[in-house]
Amino acid sequence: MTGEKQNLSIDNGTMDTDKMWVIMGPQHPFSHGLWTLKAQIDGEIVTDAEPIVGYLHRGWEKECENRAYPKIIPMADRLCYAASMTYTHLYCLTVEKALGIEAPEKAKYIRMIGDEICRVQSHLMWLAAVGTDLGNLTVFLWAMREREYFMDLNVRLCGARMTTNFTRIGGVRNDTTDLFDRDVLRCIDRFEKAVWDIIALIDDSSIFVSRMRGTGYLTREQCANLGITGPAMRGTGVDFDVRRDDPYSNYDKVEFEVPVLKDGDSYSRYLVRIEELFQSCKIIKQCVQKVNALGKSAPYRLKVPSKVPAGRAFARIEDPRGESMMYLVADGTDRPYRLKVRSPIFTNVSASKPLVQGSRIADVPVIMAMIDMCLGETDR
Amino acid sequence: MAETLQNPSVQQIAEYLWHRFEDKAVVTKTEERRVYAKVQKGDIFDVCRFIHDTLTFEHATSVLGNDMVDHLEVVYHLTNYYTGVMIELTVDLPTDDLHIASVSSIWDGANWHERETYELFGIVFDNHPKLERLLTPDTYEFYPFRKSYKLRGQP
Amino acid sequence: MAYGSILNFITFDDPMANPFYPFGGAYNLPFDISYKLWDIIGGIIAWIINLIFPDNGVSQWLISAEVSNAFALIIFMLIIFIVVFVCTLLSLWMERKVLGRLMDRRGTMIGLKGFLQCIADGLKTFMKENTIPKKVDKMTYMWTLSLVIGTSVLIACMVPLSPRWFVVDYGTGLLIIMALFALAPFFILVSGWAQNNKYSLIGGMRAAELMISYEVPILIMIATTCLLAGSFNIGAIVDAQFSSTWFFIPQIIGFITFVFCATAEAERVPFDIAEAEAELVEGWQTEYAGMKWGLIMLAEYFRGYVSCAMIVIMYLGGWLIPFASAEVNGLVPEIVFLLKAWFVFFVMIILRGALARVRTDQIVNIGWKVFMPLSVVNLAIVLVLKIGGIY
Repeated sequence: MTGEKQNLSIDNGTMDTDKMWVIMGPQHPFSHGLWTLKAQIDGEIVTDAEPIVGYLHRGWEKECENRAYPKIIPMADRLCYAASMTYTHLYCLTVEKALGIEAPEKAKYIRMIGDEICRVQSHLMWLAAVGTDLGNLTVFLWAMREREYFMDLNVRLCGARMTTNFTRIGGVRNDTTDLFDRDVLRCIDRFEKAVWDIIALIDDSSIFVSRMRGTGYLTREQCANLGITGPAMRGTGVDFDVRRDDPYSNYDKVEFEVPVLKDGDSYSRYLVRIEELFQSCKIIKQCVQKVNALGKSAPYRLKVPSKVPAGRAFARIEDPRGESMMYLVADGTDRPYRLKVRSPIFTNVSASKPLVQGSRIADVPVIMAMIDMCLGETDR
Repeated sequence: MAETLQNPSVQQIAEYLWHRFEDKAVVTKTEERRVYAKVQKGDIFDVCRFIHDTLTFEHATSVLGNDMVDHLEVVYHLTNYYTGVMIELTVDLPTDDLHIASVSSIWDGANWHERETYELFGIVFDNHPKLERLLTPDTYEFYPFRKSYKLRGQP
Repeated sequence: MAYGSILNFITFDDPMANPFYPFGGAYNLPFDISYKLWDIIGGIIAWIINLIFPDNGVSQWLISAEVSNAFALIIFMLIIFIVVFVCTLLSLWMERKVLGRLMDRRGTMIGLKGFLQCIADGLKTFMKENTIPKKVDKMTYMWTLSLVIGTSVLIACMVPLSPRWFVVDYGTGLLIIMALFALAPFFILVSGWAQNNKYSLIGGMRAAELMISYEVPILIMIATTCLLAGSFNIGAIVDAQFSSTWFFIPQIIGFITFVFCATAEAERVPFDIAEAEAELVEGWQTEYAGMKWGLIMLAEYFRGYVSCAMIVIMYLGGWLIPFASAEVNGLVPEIVFLLKAWFVFFVMIILRGALARVRTDQIVNIGWKVFMPLSVVNLAIVLVLKIGGIY
């Protein structure tokens, strides 16, 4: 069954069946956030689908045109609450590029630590969501429990659990502390053992696996063409990771692997995300070592001018959910002339029709869970 | 120059574009893994088709609009999955003729980006399969991201 | 008799000596209790009336055999229902606590180790506004709900806890329980149509789908057990297990299959496709709000309790204590039965904590391709044992 879409088509013959539109959302347990999937079903099989987004559209990009550069950092936090540091990092990278400066080495490593902590958090929240979508609350609570430890790491690093407001243009807000170094190692050592409970619960259960295997199948070409990015793409056979193939910060100076599976179904996407958890832990450990090797006196923040010279810049990074990009047009004032956010989920959710078409309605939550919806960044 | 290049380098991309399109697609700047080019309005579909088919740029990262007051711009970011090279194509649109060919038949992923640009800037993408408002309500009769649309407190 | 002592009115007669005793020759403990309770209540009332109006007819009427029997029956019904109700609340409480521990949390914490949470929840749902959507088919909507709840409560009350704790001693006990048990999916299907909601409709269809694929193996396995015991009577089945071994030993395949089928019959995870909340919001219960929803939840736990009771009767020796003599077995058979039922429910809770919901096509697949052949194999094994004279 692996690698091939299950044949779920019904030979209707002369039977006349009525198709029915089911509006799933915006208030629906499967839509983790405010969005709607209009699904046309024939019996239990989805024959057509149309995603509807925009419930959370708040004109984020237009708002930014009215704010000074440093004031956009807390707003970037709110793009995606599960991976807030990633977006502040992306924003600061873009502005630094427009300014023509680079953050100090130490700041780069600390930003990477923040990114990877957020990646683990985000993936654990995704794992929790997969549990509820499959009808199991145990996975949900176990994954949320593990996530809490990484939240505590965030607190040690910057004093906040979710919306961190930590990255600054030209560096980060503060240095790491000894307590953070101690806790980060403890937390990761604990996590790398504890997460096996969850993995065993899912992987050893044929019900979990059979619910994921063979659903949401896409070929590599389809996936690339539809613009799906992130773990969903790597589970479909596209061997691409911005961190490795287009490195930013210091990702070219740490060792990690990019898991890629060719099956192209929900299960391979699940496996890719699980492997990414471990790779993120590996990166965090290396970064902590490198930060300590730089010493306490190394600078972690540059002084930057408040006005950005006229010009254009863009940066892209590997979000936990895919490839996100910011494009900045500066006009020499202290406010951006135009700031565009490319959200990975925005494109991924636009591909929901080919993803869910032909599968059963019971599989729709699982397939869409592998996209890992986050509406804050989708609607902006 | 017809064969497909799977792993084009930045220089190769610039060369290929020059040979194929000459002054229709001018490479303005190259960096490490980045190519910046300026494309004429009428040629964007051909250029994109060439970039997708011959240079194997399988992924359209984004299509975005940009209001420069005296003219509008559409900026395309295209990615090659084998090398991580990114091409940025900039197309200028005069304010009195906001029509441009849609590339969503080449990259399905560009579909929603074009819809978004349409609803926020009023740039019409010809031959787009479904050019409707996406994020904003259907009843909107203005294009909120244009500079002529002022936020409260904005000069 | 101008003045009668109270002892003239409260006599604690033997209920079985009453000519209108409803249970024939069998002793019934709850009826005994209720008969004596009425003896006290009715006797006191009759005594007081007699004090005021000596030698009146009402006092004599109150303690006559017919009236005692009638009032005792009313109290009997209350006792039976309250015992089942409390057992169900206990299993609900157990589910919350055990599931909580499984998930690394504490479960409910309000009063009596969290037991009072059930009462708080009940009060909450009863005090909610009773909303009925405008476009539902109101009559069907309410009737199907009542029937689902009614049949569930009825079968829960009909399950005997011991040879002395029963409502009616049927010759065909197991079959009648099964028949009533299988009625609910019909009402769920109709209710899904009546609610004028697509989720409910799909949920109702799925309930029918589920029933079609699980009724047949369940009936085959019930027939197998009855064949082994030689009777449909629940008491006779348990007695047969007393004289030989518990039936899960000869039909271990049937036992395991039946546990899963009973889980499906009670619509619990992993077989709760009719109310799959991930894709169908609440399935067929979507449009039921407030008190109605609370009652549906309660009915589900009643059905869970009945499933467990059936497993206990058919495979785990009913109210028997292993390796105990008849005297020891006769001490507290009700408690033994309930403990066993709760143990089976505990296993179901663990299943719920560990498994995911299966898909509709998988359910039909498992039902017809796995459980159906297994139940037939089980029947064949039992036939061989029966013909071979081992049982």
